Amino acid sequence: MIYVDLFWGFLRVGLFAFGGAYGAIPLIREVVFSYGWISEEGLTQMIAVSESTPGPIMVNLATYIGSSQAGIPGAMLATFAVLLPSFFITLLVMAALKTFFEKPYVQAILRGVTPAITGLILATGISVLIKGCVTFTNPQPIHIRAVTIAAILAAVMFGAKPLTKKKVSPIALILLSACLGIVFYSF
Amino acid sequence: MKQKRILLDLFLTFMKIGAFTFGGGYAMISVIEDICVERKKWMTHDDMVNVTVVAESTPGPIAINCATFVGSLQAGIPGAAAATIGIVVPSFFIIFIISLFLDNFLEITIVANAFRGIRIAVGVLIIHAAVTMLKNMHKDLFSCLLLGGAFLVMLLSDLLFWNFSSILLLFVAGAAGFFFYMIQKVLLWKGGQKK
Repeated sequence: MIYVDLFWGFLRVGLFAFGGAYGAIPLIREVVFSYGWISEEGLTQMIAVSESTPGPIMVNLATYIGSSQAGIPGAMLATFAVLLPSFFITLLVMAALKTFFEKPYVQAILRGVTPAITGLILATGISVLIKGCVTFTNPQPIHIRAVTIAAILAAVMFGAKPLTKKKVSPIALILLSACLGIVFYSF
Repeated sequence: MKQKRILLDLFLTFMKIGAFTFGGGYAMISVIEDICVERKKWMTHDDMVNVTVVAESTPGPIAINCATFVGSLQAGIPGAAAATIGIVVPSFFIIFIISLFLDNFLEITIVANAFRGIRIAVGVLIIHAAVTMLKNMHKDLFSCLLLGGAFLVMLLSDLLFWNFSSILLLFVAGAAGFFFYMIQKVLLWKGGQKK
């Protein structure tokens, strides 16, 4: 029964997908290939699409595979299943942690985790920019247009507040970046 | 009546956030911080850091964890449901439409070019999220060492394609924080005894 398979398959993905989207990809592959829902090539293409559309990759994949296997009901069921575990886990953990966060030893653990997660996020951001601006295997490794766009965006995001006292909203930055992409690469 | 207004506000706000959740969880942190902490004042910056930590160590995408958390903070379980459904609605429809005619979507030049720009914005937004966290952080030697260590390990593993688990890294950092605290306590206690 396809609905049961979709629900069970994506429930597992949602339940065991630790560590962000890329950490979840091996698990997603295992599940979707075991049911034969998508080909290797299809999955690669779909991951590329998910990267460029809004929404977490694993949710996008659930919607896509649900829809291709069983239409709108399939898409809704698979998306629901993939969300269910993190919904309940977040509710439970945050309720349990509410008093827990105040305890001195938890504060101590957080004092270690907070700088580490900051370093982790900073590294991810820089790595995304490097990958966007440089291809090491190319004869001309640095993409001038990408570097220019990055410089403009960084100037807008980090320079606006000290200069004009107004904060640029991240959504505005995304819209600007889409326009810059079209202008710089189309002409 | 008031409850209904809050639920609707949560749903619509997270729908707006959901339409812009490009590039995985970290880029989202900037968007959520901007809307939920600074504009709507639904939670504090410290709450945001706590959710990030919890999100990173529980299954599921950060965006979803954040939506569920903020929703439940504002209006209990119905609020959590409204925010979580809100954040997935845009991507649900976009992917559903794409699934009907997938093959050519990324081949439309203008779309592909827009995404080249967006990919760079994602990097800038992630760095921005990290800088905001950095500004609000305790800045002592211990924190700086952990930050630098995590940064180097993550950057190298990302660029060299090691398969390094970020959860392990956070676990080690948490343990370090705990031991640091215990050592301080023992030292204080000994100091107290001498007096």
